[in-house]
Amino acid sequence: MSKREFKVWRGDAAGGKFVSYPVDVEEGMVVLDAIHQIQRQQAPDLACRWNCKAAKCGSCSAEVNGKPRLMCKTRLDSLPDGEPVTVHPMRSFPIMRDLVTDVAWNYTVNRKIPPFTPKKDTQWLMQQEDVDRVQEFRKCIECFLCQNVCHVVREHDKKDHFAGPRFFVRIASLEMHPLDSLDRIPLLKKEAGLGLCNITKCCTEVCPEEIHITDNAIIPMKERVVDRYYDPVQIVIRKLTGKDKKD
Amino acid sequence: MVIIGAGGAGLRAAIECSAAGLKTALVCKSLLGKAHTVMAEGGIAAALANVDNQDGWTTHFQDTLFGGKYLNNWKMAEFHAKESPDRVRELEQWGAVFDRTGEGKILQRAFGGHTYRRLAHVGDRTGLELIRTLQDKGIHQGIDVYMECTITRLLKDGPRACGAFGYWRETGKFVIFKAKSIILSTGGLGRCFKITSNSWEGTGDGHALGYQAGAQLLDMEFVQFHPTGMVWPPGVMGLLVTEAVRGEGGILRNNKGERFMEKYDPKRMELSTRDVVARSIYTEVKEGRGSPHGGCFLDISHRGAEYVKKKLPSMYHQFKELADVDITTGPMEVGPTCHYAMGGLKVEAATGATRVPGLFAAGECSGGMHGANRLGGNSLSDLLVFGARAGKGAADHARSAPAAKLEEAEISAAADEMTGYFSREKPENPYQLHVELQNTMQSLVGIFREDGDLKAAVEKLQEYKDRARRVGVLEGNRMFNPGWHLCRDLQNMLICSEAITRAALLRKESRGAHSRLDYPAYDEYWGSHNLLSEDRNGVMDVQPMPVVSSPDLQTLVDERKAKEKK
Ligand SMILES: Cc1cc2nc3c(=O)[nH]c(=O)nc-3n(C[C@H](O)[C@H](O)[C@H](O)COP(=O)(O)OP(=O)(O)OC[C@H]3O[C@@H](n4cnc5c(N)ncnc54)[C@H](O)[C@@H]3O)c2cc1C
Ligand code: SF4
Ligand code: SF4
Ligand code: FES
Repeated sequence: MSKREFKVWRGDAAGGKFVSYPVDVEEGMVVLDAIHQIQRQQAPDLACRWNCKAAKCGSCSAEVNGKPRLMCKTRLDSLPDGEPVTVHPMRSFPIMRDLVTDVAWNYTVNRKIPPFTPKKDTQWLMQQEDVDRVQEFRKCIECFLCQNVCHVVREHDKKDHFAGPRFFVRIASLEMHPLDSLDRIPLLKKEAGLGLCNITKCCTEVCPEEIHITDNAIIPMKERVVDRYYDPVQIVIRKLTGKDKKD
Repeated sequence: MVIIGAGGAGLRAAIECSAAGLKTALVCKSLLGKAHTVMAEGGIAAALANVDNQDGWTTHFQDTLFGGKYLNNWKMAEFHAKESPDRVRELEQWGAVFDRTGEGKILQRAFGGHTYRRLAHVGDRTGLELIRTLQDKGIHQGIDVYMECTITRLLKDGPRACGAFGYWRETGKFVIFKAKSIILSTGGLGRCFKITSNSWEGTGDGHALGYQAGAQLLDMEFVQFHPTGMVWPPGVMGLLVTEAVRGEGGILRNNKGERFMEKYDPKRMELSTRDVVARSIYTEVKEGRGSPHGGCFLDISHRGAEYVKKKLPSMYHQFKELADVDITTGPMEVGPTCHYAMGGLKVEAATGATRVPGLFAAGECSGGMHGANRLGGNSLSDLLVFGARAGKGAADHARSAPAAKLEEAEISAAADEMTGYFSREKPENPYQLHVELQNTMQSLVGIFREDGDLKAAVEKLQEYKDRARRVGVLEGNRMFNPGWHLCRDLQNMLICSEAITRAALLRKESRGAHSRLDYPAYDEYWGSHNLLSEDRNGVMDVQPMPVVSSPDLQTLVDERKAKEKK
């Protein structure tokens, strides 16, 4: 059995540092297995979140060798040999303890998004091809890795005016639901701050569910915002009908 | 109202309570949306008859009883079969987006033990869809959610349950919830076993909290070993491979290439009930026909890469990323894994009430619905049907219940227990004890059981209980300390393990998920009796009780039994 050095960040809101732990490497091991081994054998109080161990719950997000990853999905044999593996908590959220961060902000943002509201007298029939896109968005496991890498979220003063990629995905899943009746375009433009996103695509790159956050959610919604607010034809229609129209 | 557990059952109950106008607190150990329910894959069973129009509640009821080997509470199975279609449609109305039929309706897939194609699903991430939908419905309905808060004890006012004591994982500070009704919806107990599909949360908390508060545990000997868990690499051993793989046409083979289910259940083959398939795989492995890592082969590659990726995307990724196996081109290795507790708190079918006034239970921590073996897909529907029922039952109770008062002495006893883990002289290592417990349960109380093993397990458990009094915190303070948490979890797992083992020892027959090498056949007496465990002055007492039948359902049951004889 070979050994590998792990440098795990230990500490709390007041500060902390990397601590080294030797780990016995087993075949097919993932970073979360190593963390569990450290807990069992060397640091029984090492704090981390996990649930499914199968990339399904989005609990075990952290920065492994500086990259935002799900620990349960990151194989040790995918990381460069011969150098220690570093594990650091997500950097965009306040630290609680060790690898655990305070992600409450995300739950606050979610609460502000008006829920699914079906059209009146709907027959509840939908074709598969019309829901494929919505289903892609609904794959989100709320790991918040995309929130973690987004530079707008990282600039903390913007958090109050920006929903972040996870919630653009969520709003898109509602806006593109064939049977939904609400209009969330004003929300996107104002409170959700879609305009602050400059399409760097960092979010899409880290999404473990491979959701095309920018191409399929953000860009089409940016287009809708543009159509609504800057397209003269739309503006005239709105003036004539006196209401915000949803496409 | 306080609801302990925010999986499907707890969320559904909370929606019901807050819709009834009650102030509702929902407490969970993890973050909201991370409960076990999120991991459910294959689907949710409901006789919608969208794909097979002959389906209806009577067939679903009969399938459930047949799967449960007639130990189910008949009324529960009836409510479940009748109400699950409405609960599924309601989910759709709250925003869930299921896979569709050609006509645009909710698509349903085949699953083991279900006569018709019955499982509404979203690829293989149905649980995520369910929990996200309920979560979003719930937060907009004014439910107060308390995340990362672990309940360690229920508080009583005389015979009544009236509160819950717990602590915030972040700070380690204590918290007390006072309530007129309490619902336990804490999920399963798979962490008692070494090889399990359950997360760290599955430590049987609700089972144990309820038991300690005076409620009874039913059918604890029935622990479902799901036939297909991953067996390699070691780190993911036990991780679930959804039954949907077989539902979509997956074939099981041994190392000789034989499709061995032909031997064990030629009629239903791979889609036989879980108990049968799990035992078949176990037997193949034991007799030397297993795969290299001690399982067997499950192959879906004949369905074509496109189809597999569309219908089983997370299985595809799971194997590709964690085991370097491409399931679109070759077989995967699978073996049984501890998955689900049929046993749980004994409740009234209509309301989810336990025998402790003010205490209700729903979801996996309640018992009765599934009898000796649960059918795939019947859990998610169970969560919704009985989550809603318990929510209503608890709300009705809360409205008429007089104010209760909390006992100072109980509160300080609860607090002392938790701080006590920090002041052990030579603390026993909780991680070590957990490993030993898991090994014992796995090897002595696993898929096949016998008298000698079970008696040895009872003795072992006694030793562990003594050691569990000495477990303590080895390092760190009260802030987010997993070692401290495990000290408490162990107490719960030990109660569950003892109930499982004692009931298994008493049931001298093989039925459903309970197989005795020394009593391999059905027994008539046990075919109509459940086992009930309760606390009598600190000693666990296990007694048989006749199955809860119902005269109006007798014809349906007889009809099915006659059909199976043919
Ligand atoms: C991998 C997998 C796949 C599955 N697939 C299917 C399927 O396809 N179809 C199907 O029907 N069933 C399936 N099941 C079974 C089903 O998912 C579970 O039985 C079901 O989700 C249990 O739901 P629940 O609401 O009872 O509890 P859970 O979802 O387990 O939730 C328990 C809740 O209780 C909380 N809790 C526990 N203890 C405490 C405490 N002490 N204090 C505070 N909170 C506490 C937890 O934090 C959590 O929020 C699957 C199970 C697994 C593991
Ligand atoms: S594309 Fe937009 S949302 Fe995504 S990371 Fe870049 S700025 Fe943030
Ligand atoms: S969109 Fe992707 S990266 Fe963002 S929270 Fe969801 S799953 Fe995670
Ligand atoms: S533990 Fe669930 S995503 Fe890693």
